[in-house]
Amino acid sequence: MSDLVLQGLTKRFGEFTAVDALDLTVPAGSFFALLGPSGCGKTTTLRMAAGLEEPTAGRILLGDRDITGLRPHQRPVNTVFQSYALFPHLDVAGNVAFGLRRRGVRDHAAEVARMLELVQLDGLGRRRPAQLSGGQQQRVALARALVNRPQVLLLDEPLGALDLTLTRRMQVELKRIQTEVGITFVHVTHDQEEAMTMADTVAVMNAGRIEQLGRPAELYEFPQTPFVANFLGQSNLLAAEVVERGAGYVAVRAYDNRYSVPAGRCRAAGPAAYLGVRPEKVHLAEAAAQVPAGHDSVAGVVTDWSYVGVGNRYLVRAPWGTELAVFSPNTGEGYYPPLGGEVVVHWDPAHAFLLDREPGAGDATTPVAPEPTGVPA
Amino acid sequence: MTVTAAARPARAARRTPYLLILPGLLWLAVFFAVPVVQLGATSLYDPNGSLTDGYAMTWSFGNYATALAAYWPQFLRSLLYAGLATAICLALGYPLAFVIAQRAGRWRNLLLILVVAPFFTSFLVRTLAWKAILADTGWLAGLLRDLHLLAPDGRLLATPFAVVMGLVYNFLPFMVLPLYASLQRLDGRLLEAAADLYASPLRTFRHVTLPLSMPGVVAGTLLTFIPAVGDYINAALLGTVRTSMIGNVIDSAFLVRLDYPQAAALSFLLMAAILVLVTVYVRRAGTDELL
Amino acid sequence: MRGSRVVAGLVLAYLLLPVAVVVGLSFNAPSNRLSYDFDRFTLANWADPCGPAGLCASVLRSAQIGLLATVLATVLGTLLAFGLTRHRFRGRGPLNALVFLPMATPEVVLGSSLLALFTAGAVPLGFWTVVIAHVMFCVSFVVVVVKARLAGMDPRLEEAAADLYASPWHTFRTVTLPLAMPGIVAGALLAFSLSFDDFIVSNFNAGTMTTFPMFVWGSAQRGIPPQVNVVGTAMFAVAVLAVVITTFRRRAR
Repeated sequence: MSDLVLQGLTKRFGEFTAVDALDLTVPAGSFFALLGPSGCGKTTTLRMAAGLEEPTAGRILLGDRDITGLRPHQRPVNTVFQSYALFPHLDVAGNVAFGLRRRGVRDHAAEVARMLELVQLDGLGRRRPAQLSGGQQQRVALARALVNRPQVLLLDEPLGALDLTLTRRMQVELKRIQTEVGITFVHVTHDQEEAMTMADTVAVMNAGRIEQLGRPAELYEFPQTPFVANFLGQSNLLAAEVVERGAGYVAVRAYDNRYSVPAGRCRAAGPAAYLGVRPEKVHLAEAAAQVPAGHDSVAGVVTDWSYVGVGNRYLVRAPWGTELAVFSPNTGEGYYPPLGGEVVVHWDPAHAFLLDREPGAGDATTPVAPEPTGVPA
Repeated sequence: MTVTAAARPARAARRTPYLLILPGLLWLAVFFAVPVVQLGATSLYDPNGSLTDGYAMTWSFGNYATALAAYWPQFLRSLLYAGLATAICLALGYPLAFVIAQRAGRWRNLLLILVVAPFFTSFLVRTLAWKAILADTGWLAGLLRDLHLLAPDGRLLATPFAVVMGLVYNFLPFMVLPLYASLQRLDGRLLEAAADLYASPLRTFRHVTLPLSMPGVVAGTLLTFIPAVGDYINAALLGTVRTSMIGNVIDSAFLVRLDYPQAAALSFLLMAAILVLVTVYVRRAGTDELL
Repeated sequence: MRGSRVVAGLVLAYLLLPVAVVVGLSFNAPSNRLSYDFDRFTLANWADPCGPAGLCASVLRSAQIGLLATVLATVLGTLLAFGLTRHRFRGRGPLNALVFLPMATPEVVLGSSLLALFTAGAVPLGFWTVVIAHVMFCVSFVVVVVKARLAGMDPRLEEAAADLYASPWHTFRTVTLPLAMPGIVAGALLAFSLSFDDFIVSNFNAGTMTTFPMFVWGSAQRGIPPQVNVVGTAMFAVAVLAVVITTFRRRAR
């Protein structure tokens, strides 16, 4: 087993740059997710790794071996396609045996049976793909790729066509199978929850580049860029200026209020910064007196409220007009203010983070509800 | 670095399409394009030449005027008969295609087979069967005479009616199949949605079914009209001299009168008429996908 | 809606009436050679289908021409369809037009212009000139049918094959060709029926040779032997049988 290494990988379609000088190392045996919105270049990257798309520039290596110039059938890499691409003229066993046959493996019947067992499709070998449900087709596609024991398995939105419950089940299943076979999985998805549930390492892609790469918790707790902060979950990002870099902390000023963040959670190099805090890290209090010591706070008015079962979502309008998103888990304790009520939102500075901001850029919060009218931006 | 490795298969791939198309292209060029161009040249030969003495190229565009002057009735008749047959095919074929596509359920395949079943036996043999059905002494003429729908000395055979009916019969499946193909793709729920939105069956047809099946209508009318306008078998077997079409004229100019320049000029006029009509029709119907 | 069903039924009856008449007339003993009436029931025509001189020979010749023309037209048409759908190259537009034009050209024109070519080239008319002519007008139809099939094919299937270690040649043999096959078979069947049934183009280019449609045409002037209807009925029966068998076999799978 060897690492999959992409060096300066670039793909241009005419004027459009789909993948922009990508450098990436996928460690052998890992479950790696490429996460990003549609059109960010993640599928193109995957297709170049499979050999289905020719890079404009750059190299693809498996360990020390350069595979950039190899045709798809010459690469020890297999793909699970988004629409599965099962051969309609072959039965399930024929689909799974396809790669083995091409590589001249004799006695593939036992291999095929074992693989169908792994994906829990034993006994369905004689069926045609059209006679299977979506989830079953997905498993056939997986078995058809895995049976070849590729060095890297590429999965292109493999759960995109399944309904929600089936998706959840297959997420667990895929993770189980990956652990069992120990093959490197590169999983392309636009679903942040899917990426975080399954992958050891997640790379967030945007506009042909990787914005941040790391363990799911790292990415979520301490995002690198405003894009990651708002693509992976949701963040309140207030435009702020760094006013002091002290011992162990950084102080910022936002709208005449002073806030502080631990120095280890500061990514802002210049004075212009975003002060970020996740909605579930923000708490509500009835009055300033109830704010715990050491917490930073803002007073505001509840402009929107929705009940979502596991919790309540609020929008609180700050005095300068920005709406902060707050998520209060439904623990049965805590303060649940009424719509229009005056509240104080507060958070532990240890949960806040500072990101670089383009000078002049305003607040970047993602509203959970349509913007109320009459509020100055 | 890797450019050469990637470029090698690309060069071979660039040659592939030409290898694929070359044999068919040559066949069509030699046995279709060249003869048609040669026919165009023939249409401009000296009309006073003959097969035995040979023809001289005199750029006699007058051949076209002469041909048109002599045979404009047959020309008009061909367009009229083919147009009429196409319209009747559409009127008869549409309900049939609709029923098969949307209402037939498990009988769909059987009905489709019945539509193409006439093709299973020879076209000429079937046309001759019509000759038997429409015969003066046949049961159909007798029945119509008894019902006073036909005069005692009236005929079915050897009339414009027989010729147009023969054309309709021969080309009806060419109308039904493309109509079926586009109606079958029509989502039945759209019709329910239209009904739900207060559309009467007639309005549903006009505003939903018909527009969505337009590609089928265009394909069907073309597949019916083009062969019908050049056909002369129906006119020859079911009609008389008074119902002869341009195909009959061209056929006899080539094979009986041996007047090649005139035959060629007539052929070119027919082709030109078809291409002009088809182009105008396709433009107006607003779908270019057939060409 | 009920009205459309009635119309549909009547139209089907209209389509099938002549077939019924052909079947009926195959059991007819006509009173004279030019009669089209049903006079007397007989099995004699079926007992001696090859009675009329030249009838069975013409059927055999049509079958031979049909098979040859079908094979050639299917190969040429399939290659063309692959070239046109799978590749971008200069001259694709004009080539599409060249493929479309024979279908829009009246058969009289096709037949007569080809005859002029053969005459100019002093090519003796007969079996081979008819085969050449049939291939010419069948190719376009094969292209149209195969192209439709290829256009509906998921390009990912071929990518999947390449991904699963199939070389371009193997991908073609194990995935592309089997998936295109229904279209190719449909094109071949269409080509055969067009060729077997063609009268106009054959009549121009056959010289003294006679195909089955030419035999029917010729005898229509002199009086049709009832055995022609026997051949028509037999063709119909064979075709229906073939359809029934393939339908059942597909259902059994």
